[in-house]
Order: sequence, then C-alpha cells, then structure tokens
Amino acid sequence: MANSRIIIVGGGLAGLMAAIKSAELGMAVDLFSIVPVKRSHSVCAQGGINAAKNTKGEGDSTFKHFDDTIYGGDFLANQPPVKAMCDAAPGIIDLLDRMGVMFNRTPEGLLDFRRFGGTLYNRTAFAGATTGQQLLYALDEQVRRFEADGKVTKYEGWEFLSAVLDGNRRCHGICAMDLRSMQLKTFAADAVIIATGGNGSIFGKSTNSVVCTGSAQSALYQQGAVYANGEFIQVHPTAIPGEDKLRLMSESARGEGGRVWTVRDGKPWYFLEEWYPKYGNLVPRDIATRAIHKVVYELGLGLDGKAAVYLDVSHIPVETLNRKLGGILEIYEKFVGVDPRKHPMKVFPGMHYTMGGLWIDYDQMTNLPGLFAAGEAEYQYHGANRLGANSLVSCIYGGMVAGRTAAAYSKNNAKSAEAVSSTVFEQELKRQQELNDALLKGQGGENPFHIWKEMGELMTEHCTVVRNNKGLRKADEQLVTLLERSRRMNLSDRSSWANQTLAFCRELTNMLQLARVIARGAEARNESRGAHYKPDFPDRDDANWMKTTKAVFAPDADEPVLSYEAVDASLIQPRPRKYDIAA
Amino acid sequence: MKTIEVQVKRQLTPDGESYWEEFSLPYRPNMNLIAVLQEIAAAPTTKQGKASTPITYESNCLEEVCGACTMLVNGRSRQACTALVDKLEQPIRVEPMSKFPVIRDLQVNRQRLFNDLKRVKAWIPIDGSYDLGPGPRMSQKTQEAAYPFSHCISCGNCLEVCPQYNDETGFVGAAVIGQVRLLNSHPTGKMNAHERLMALTGPGGVHECGYAQNCVKACPKEIPLTEAISQVGRDVVIESVLDFLRG
Ligand SMILES: Cc1cc2nc3c(=O)[nH]c(=O)nc-3n(C[C@H](O)[C@H](O)[C@H](O)COP(=O)(O)OP(=O)(O)OC[C@H]3O[C@@H](n4cnc5c(N)ncnc54)[C@H](O)[C@@H]3O)c2cc1C
Repeated sequence: MANSRIIIVGGGLAGLMAAIKSAELGMAVDLFSIVPVKRSHSVCAQGGINAAKNTKGEGDSTFKHFDDTIYGGDFLANQPPVKAMCDAAPGIIDLLDRMGVMFNRTPEGLLDFRRFGGTLYNRTAFAGATTGQQLLYALDEQVRRFEADGKVTKYEGWEFLSAVLDGNRRCHGICAMDLRSMQLKTFAADAVIIATGGNGSIFGKSTNSVVCTGSAQSALYQQGAVYANGEFIQVHPTAIPGEDKLRLMSESARGEGGRVWTVRDGKPWYFLEEWYPKYGNLVPRDIATRAIHKVVYELGLGLDGKAAVYLDVSHIPVETLNRKLGGILEIYEKFVGVDPRKHPMKVFPGMHYTMGGLWIDYDQMTNLPGLFAAGEAEYQYHGANRLGANSLVSCIYGGMVAGRTAAAYSKNNAKSAEAVSSTVFEQELKRQQELNDALLKGQGGENPFHIWKEMGELMTEHCTVVRNNKGLRKADEQLVTLLERSRRMNLSDRSSWANQTLAFCRELTNMLQLARVIARGAEARNESRGAHYKPDFPDRDDANWMKTTKAVFAPDADEPVLSYEAVDASLIQPRPRKYDIAA
Repeated sequence: MKTIEVQVKRQLTPDGESYWEEFSLPYRPNMNLIAVLQEIAAAPTTKQGKASTPITYESNCLEEVCGACTMLVNGRSRQACTALVDKLEQPIRVEPMSKFPVIRDLQVNRQRLFNDLKRVKAWIPIDGSYDLGPGPRMSQKTQEAAYPFSHCISCGNCLEVCPQYNDETGFVGAAVIGQVRLLNSHPTGKMNAHERLMALTGPGGVHECGYAQNCVKACPKEIPLTEAISQVGRDVVIESVLDFLRG
C-alpha cells in the first residue's frame, strides 16, 4: 500500500483539507487546480465559520447547531452527516487556530464569536472580514509543508476534464489539460476526490469567482455520476451589482447590527424587522431575499424605482466597523466609491451558493466507485438552504472525511491503477482530444461569450428567487437551443498556447448541461422549500417532496432523467419552518 | 460617441516578441478593467479593425482578495478588478508585470513567490490534523498587531516595485518577510522562529532590502511591510549572533 496515490481536484478549503488528511495517512497526493490553490474561490468568504463552542454563556450546543442547520435547510438534508459535521465543528476551529489563523479574540484571549443568520447564538468565529482567506492560507501553508516533504505534488494551471472509468464505471484516474501547453494527459490514481466548488458562472453574474463554473461536476454527471438537488441555488440577499460580477456584502454586516431598509412614504421602512420581529435582519437568506424581492417588485418600493434597497451600518461606531468589518466595507468603498461608514449601501440579491452537487454517500463517495467529492461541489450538508458561515465548516469537514475515506478505499479496494488496462486511459484521452480538436476546427457562426451571456440571463430570470413552471419550461427549451448553438461555436483564438477561449468553451458546454439539471429539477419539484420558491405551490409538501432529487444523464436523449430518494430524517422530526413567529 | 481607449501589450508565447494593440469600446459608466477585458474577449477586433484574439490574463475572485489579476495599469502595479475605468486616464495602458516571466499577454508566472514561502518555511509545524484541543491563547493586542500581515493577498505588487527584487539578488521580497513576521509572532509559530530567521540570513535574505520603501506604498492592503522588514531584519541579526555564539 506504500504507493497508494490519491488525486484531488480543487485546491479550495475542501481540496486542501482532503490533501492534508490523505498525505497525513501516508498517501501520495496529486493536487490539481485551475488557479494556483492560494487563489481559489474560498478566499472570498468574509463572514466566518460556525462552531457551537458556547463561550458566551448562551447555552449553545452542537445539537442546537445541528438543529439550526436542519431547520434552516428546510429538512432536505440527510441528518446523520449533518450531525457529525456539527459535532466536529468545535474541533475544526481548534485545528485552524492551532494552524495559526488570526481569529478575533475576546479580552481574555479566547476566540471571539459573532452572530450570523438563522441562529440566535453567537456561534461564528471570524478573522476580521477576511475569514475565508485566512483559513485558505492556513491550509495552504500546511499543504506547502507536505509539498516540501515530497508528499504532495501540485498541478496548478491544470484543468480537470473527465474521470478515467473502466467498464464497471470504477474510477482509476483523470484526464486533465495543461492550461499553458493545452496538452491533454491522463493521470492514474487509486482514488479521486473532486473539490471543485460551486457553479455561479451558470448564472452569468454571481458572487462566485471566475472559475466557479461547475464544469467538472457536469463532466462527471455526463459520465454517469449522479447529481443531487441541482435546483437548490442560494440567492444572497445583499450583493452589490457590478458590471463584471455581483460582489457580496457579507451577512456579517447584519450580524454586527446592520439594518435593511427602503423608503416608504418618505421615511425609512425597516421591513425585515417589522415582518420578522424575532430574527429581524438576521432571518435566513432565502427569506431575506424574497422579502427584498417583494419590496422591489410587488410593492414597487425599490430605491429610486430601481432594483435596490439599503443595507445600513452607518449608525455603528466607526471604530467598531473598522475593527470588525473593515475588509468588506473597503470592498464597497473601492468598487462603488462611496464610504459605507457614512452612507447606507445599495444592495440587491445575487446568486451565491450551490446547495446541490455531486451525490455522495456518508463516506463522501459518489455512485462511481473510487470517485469522492467534498465541499461546495457536493450536496450533503445544507439541504434546501445553507446557513451563513456553515459552508466553510462543511468544506473542511467534508475534506477531512473524504481524505480519510479515500485513503481507506485505496488501501482496501482498489485494484491498483497499474493493473488497469491502459486502453481505458488511451480511450479517455482520445475522447477528450477529439472534443478539443472539434472546437479548434469549428467554423460555425456562434460566439461562445454571447451564448454564455444568454444562458446567464435566462437562468437568473427563471431559476433564482421566484420560479414558475411556465418559465422553467421555457428556460429548459432555450437551454436546448443554446446547446445546439454551442455545437457551432467559432473560436476567435485557435492557438495552442495558453488559449483561455478553448478552456472556456469546454466549460460552457458543461455549464449548459448542468443548467438543464437545475431547470428540470426546479420544474419537477411542485412545492416551496428553502431557496426553492414557487408561488403556485407556496407550501412545503413533506408527504410528496421530502426527497433528494437525483439527476442522471441519459446520453442518447442528451438530457437529465430525475429520480428521488427519501431523506434520512431519523434524528429530528420535521416541523414547519417559520421565522416570523417566536419559536 | 464616448469611448474607452485601451492599449494592451501582448505577447503570444514566453519567448515571443511583445507588441502593442489598441482597442476602442463604447463607454459605459462603472466599468472596471476586468469588464473591459471581458468585452474585448467577446469581440476581439482592434481599433484599426484587425481581427485579434481574446487577451490572456489571470483572474478569479474579482474582489481584490485572490491577488490573481495583478498587472501594470498606466504603469502602476495593481489589480485589474479594482482599476475603475472612470478613475483612469485614457488611453489606459495595460502591461504584464515586469518582474515575472510572461506566459502569454498579461499572464505571468509568479511561482517564485510560492517557492520563497517554502524556503522560509512559512507554516506552523502542527503535530497533526487530529483534534488536539484548543490553540494557544492570544491577547487582542497581539491579534490586532498580527492581523494586517495575515491580510496579504500574494499579489506581488510589492515585488514588482522593489528595485532589489531580481534574479541577481534573489531577494525574497517584502511579502515573504511579512509572512515571517506573522508566523514568528504566533505563540506556536514562535517555537520555530529560528529556522525562518536563519533562512533569511543567506543570499536573497532580508539584508538585500535597499529601503526604497516602494513596497509599502504599492500594497493594496496597506500592510506595514517596512515595519516587518525592520523587525525581521533586527531579529535576523540577533539570531545570527546567537547562532554564532552557540557555535
Ligand atoms: C463572496 C462569498 C463570501 C462567502 N462567505 C462565506 C462565509 O463567510 N462563511 C461560509 O461558511 N461560507 C462563505 N461562502 C461560501 C464559501 O466561501 C464556499 O462555499 C467555499 O469556499 C467553497 O470551497 P470549496 O473548497 O468547495 O471550493 P473553492 O474554494 O471554490 O475551490 C475550488 C477549487 O477547484 C478548482 N477547480 C475548479 N474546477 C476545476 C477543474 N475543472 N479542474 C481543476 N481544478 C478546478 C479551483 O481552481 C479551486 O482550487 C462565501 C462565498 C462567497 C461567494
């Protein structure tokens, strides 16, 4: 077993944690990432990371964290893994603290915790307003240490294209593209962990980073991996609209006392506080998002008639703001040119988080043996809606589990990669090379960037805050048209060195396929649950829909086929989710 | 019609010749340089009407925290995402960073920065990733003094503007020294301060700094880099003397 090799795709929090765990267990690790891992999307996380440490005498517990997460996720998550994550969370914070993360402190020198949405407890550890970056750097440093010891090999600037599967759909490695030489190569491994993050780019503009396309997940789905709960997309209530992307204004702004309002009858109207007296500005994201949507579109009370409301921290002392929210206020100031310490910020909801993802079992393994997944790329921990500051913990926890289970799998199960016929590698390489060749030769009239823009607008209109079946049907039909057009793309760059257009076109086709999973899943689910809201079916329907959506790709029909799996609700009895009444 | 005028220095391969291309786009308010590059990618025709190719550049978060989209904008090293067109003089001149090898167009290879982090052992050697209980306590004061250094986004602005950062000196530069300052102030990190400081004694170490103080002005996160260099510089001297006495 000395030579067991694990491939990890993705160097965000999930991928790096998986790398640390598997390297620690003696595996040789090959780590692939499009961007240098230190520049992964995880750096964007601002607000913090949850763990019920109960350091404020509030009587918090890991069970309450578990309960908040299940309730916040509207009873769609399988409960045992969520419980295990919440139980592990305090230990994860300790580990990060030991790695040197500069968490904010209390006067006694202990870790400080603040409040986030969907809970009544101070449960969120934070490092200024740059928590994600601090955590990513801490893990990056540990991985660099393993790299210096020769236990981890990094392939930065490589894009995963597909898994290498044998006739029994067992995974033996990957096919990847060097984004400089544009050469394709296959790599063998005893197990592969996918940690490629979310899919914001499907919506054109989102709060996600540029490389969050979901392309890897989609490629795997097209190879037979099950994709779960695709229709659950989190729209964050407070994003700053921009030309190139939507920038997040973190929930921590409200956690530190920020208030949302608009102007009604010439006066400030704090509609969240009025509608949800108990949670006020800290209701979960789907609820705040719908409230803003209603204020703007139904009541016509957007600021100056535009799609925007105020998020206001200007009543908080400047010193507190600078100490606790400095990083995010700087973002607003830098990109909008207005000082949020003095003037309320203008915000509007934006696509933010992918609750759905690759289907995995409780060991983080997909339905393809030997292929694991962790982080935002999988679906396990957030049900129908993710609570703020729960993602970082799920990424790290999922990475830990996957690192461990993939190592165990390698030891116990794998027919070592060398024993696998080399033809499966050759065939996969050939298939991928042909896709590249076809794109580079294509002489059709379609511009990939225009297709992307159309897809983004289509998805934002029909598959975000408010959904109805007519719109979803139309969206899927148009996605089919866009897919057809994407077969006639004409690349303005046909060169074979650092050709970003070629890489983008490959991602685009995958995004379109995954977009259909989102639209179809949403159309089929005739209820409202968490982030999925259909006015025609305004209630949660546990009898028919407390189930995980599983999408499988049908290659001949070139479309998703949906089936459903019961949710494991063995620990907490489902109850109605109501934040407007005192529970 | 109001336009945005951009000049981009291009280079198709690492050893290819560089050349300039001009683009002219219809003006829209509130654009950043990324939005401009995205627009060029969708319709890569030069101002002179010549069919060109999308410009290769690195980017990811677009929030000035991943450090990827660093380039020279009107001669200044900065992130393209926070380069707001409305605040830039036109024509906007865009070039790759000069201290790192060009891969293509505006994309450069900053691997050296990551290698130097390895060289100074920029990590805390934890016993393992198991649950070993809480970390050390830390006063608010220590945390607040250290936090700015943990804020570094590895963009390389400080290296681009440093006259000493070149192949001859092999100087690790301010970003890396800032990380040494950060790790050496951590209660556990301190235990290995010696190794990090000794790594900064040889060629390319902290003594290569020429006190031009450009780094601190170029840092997008306003990290007190010169302070780090002075302090680490002092610590290195003390550590070397002690090391000599210890024999
Ligand atoms: C603005 C913002 C703020 C947030 N704030 C918080 C917060 O305060 N608290 C919280 O808990 N969560 C927060 N989140 C969510 C959280 O940041 C993410 O869910 C999390 O960081 C995802 O981590 P990850 O490891 O799954 O993936 P990522 O960090 O997205 O990393 C993905 C990795 O995969 C690589 N990759 C992708 N595709 C490929 C491919 N085809 N081939 C090779 N490599 C590939 C990328 O290069 C990258 O290394 C926030 C999200 C956003 C957008």
